[in-house]
Amino acid sequence: MMRAHPIPVRRFAATGSLVMLWAWPVILVLAYVLPFAGVTLWSVTRPEFGFENYVRIFTGADFQAIFLRTFWVCLLSTAITIPIAYLLAYYWVMGGARRSRLIEICIFIPFWISVLVRAFGWVVILRNNGLASDVTNALGFGELSTGRNVWSVITGMVHFMVPFAVLPMASVMRKIDRRVLLAALGLGCRPLGVFWRIYLPMSLPGVCSALAMTFIFSLGFFVTPMILGGGRVVMTAESVFVQMFQTANWGLGAALGVVLLVVVFAILWLSQRVMRIEQLMSR
Amino acid sequence: MFGKSRLGGVLAGAAGLFLLLPLVAVIPFSFTPKRFLSMPDGEYSLRHYLAIFDPDTWLASIGTSTLVALLSSVIATALATAFGIGIWLRRPASGRLLIGLVLLPIIVPPVTSAVALYFLLAQIGLLDTIPGLVLSHVVMIVPFSVIAILSALSRLDRNLELAARNLGATQLQSIFRVILPNIRFGLFAAWFVSLVMSWEESSVTLFVSGVNVITLPKRIWDNLRLDLDPAVAAISVIMILATTLVILFRKSEA
Repeated sequence: MMRAHPIPVRRFAATGSLVMLWAWPVILVLAYVLPFAGVTLWSVTRPEFGFENYVRIFTGADFQAIFLRTFWVCLLSTAITIPIAYLLAYYWVMGGARRSRLIEICIFIPFWISVLVRAFGWVVILRNNGLASDVTNALGFGELSTGRNVWSVITGMVHFMVPFAVLPMASVMRKIDRRVLLAALGLGCRPLGVFWRIYLPMSLPGVCSALAMTFIFSLGFFVTPMILGGGRVVMTAESVFVQMFQTANWGLGAALGVVLLVVVFAILWLSQRVMRIEQLMSR
Repeated sequence: MFGKSRLGGVLAGAAGLFLLLPLVAVIPFSFTPKRFLSMPDGEYSLRHYLAIFDPDTWLASIGTSTLVALLSSVIATALATAFGIGIWLRRPASGRLLIGLVLLPIIVPPVTSAVALYFLLAQIGLLDTIPGLVLSHVVMIVPFSVIAILSALSRLDRNLELAARNLGATQLQSIFRVILPNIRFGLFAAWFVSLVMSWEESSVTLFVSGVNVITLPKRIWDNLRLDLDPAVAAISVIMILATTLVILFRKSEA
């Protein structure tokens, strides 16, 4: 049936795969990259032409408080996420079959469940008079006041990011040659020494990418902080939402979005440099 | 074999429980007989599960989410497959750059993507419409499909395609009769991942829709922000149950 139209078919080989290759990149540039240029334009034209929005962001006391809070909350949640994720990744990769599977289930059920449902679960536990309070009451510690504060935001963010952080760590750990560990044991190194001096350094690249990923994710994320913070723990991403829809200050919201993107790219660039340096040192 | 300390094992177990804790905590709340979110006090009720079937609120949103997720996942998978096969066949010098461009929506903070897509839809007049929402979801989920497709293609033997071409198959025939059937599991994975991603998408959805088009995540969001409706607990339990079943089923298959 194809033989009846030899010319168009043969043409497909040259242009068809070219169209397949470029279709999505072209759409993406039109529907995503160009609009982003428009957003950048908004940030210097609304309400009027000039860099006023950026000046406000970098000098206003309110925004400095928001940036500082964003930085600390993201840093803290990353610092808590990484050890938890490392522990899970380690036992997922190195543990026995049964434990490994149990851990896998614990990682992937939350991984696939909507961030809203997960945040809701924490609301149920952490709100004032919630489950956590019931437990501390029963134990005689009195009421736990965790509703809408920075700690419940951090708890929710850590819970969101742990499964994401496990994956790059586990994929690096899987590639570690177990014969190296056996060799170290055979040469008389104690098990704990094998972990600290061989396993941990060999798994560090995974930790680095998990670190960069976790920090970047936590910077741009607003759903969990808005639900668990209830408007009291406003960070950069949430303030974009507030500027766009609650105060209808589109220019300022756009400028904040641009700043966030620049920061993320800076972190990416930096983490790539760090990793390259690390590779150089290990050689 | 080494470093399997008892303390580490216990800590890992605790970390696993921490991950499941909020999902388990929701369950009792969904059976409360009261109108507000509370632990059932000896009495249990299924009224909040019935509330899900209210055609004006929850059911309508479930329908919207299903429609948007089906449309965007099929479109996204088609586009991602075309792109993946294009890369695989042509192996262009700019391949890495193109893949980087395509994966951009994963790296860019969701809130920045949301502002960009809001800008686009405002310009073309598609804010708060199904087509506009589908377009935004497609932009956000194609990267995940592309990852699934590229990983499936990386396991595909190039000689298969060469043999097909050598035996006289046209490029089109070799795509449809050799490449696509061989990566069908990757195709399914790409479609399924994008279906779930679109079904759950909240950050961009909150920016570009919400008055006429209300997806399930948007309705849950409103309920969490305004008052805590126990129907959210009931919906959560169903989603948790479905996810758990899929994961357990998939694992026992493998």
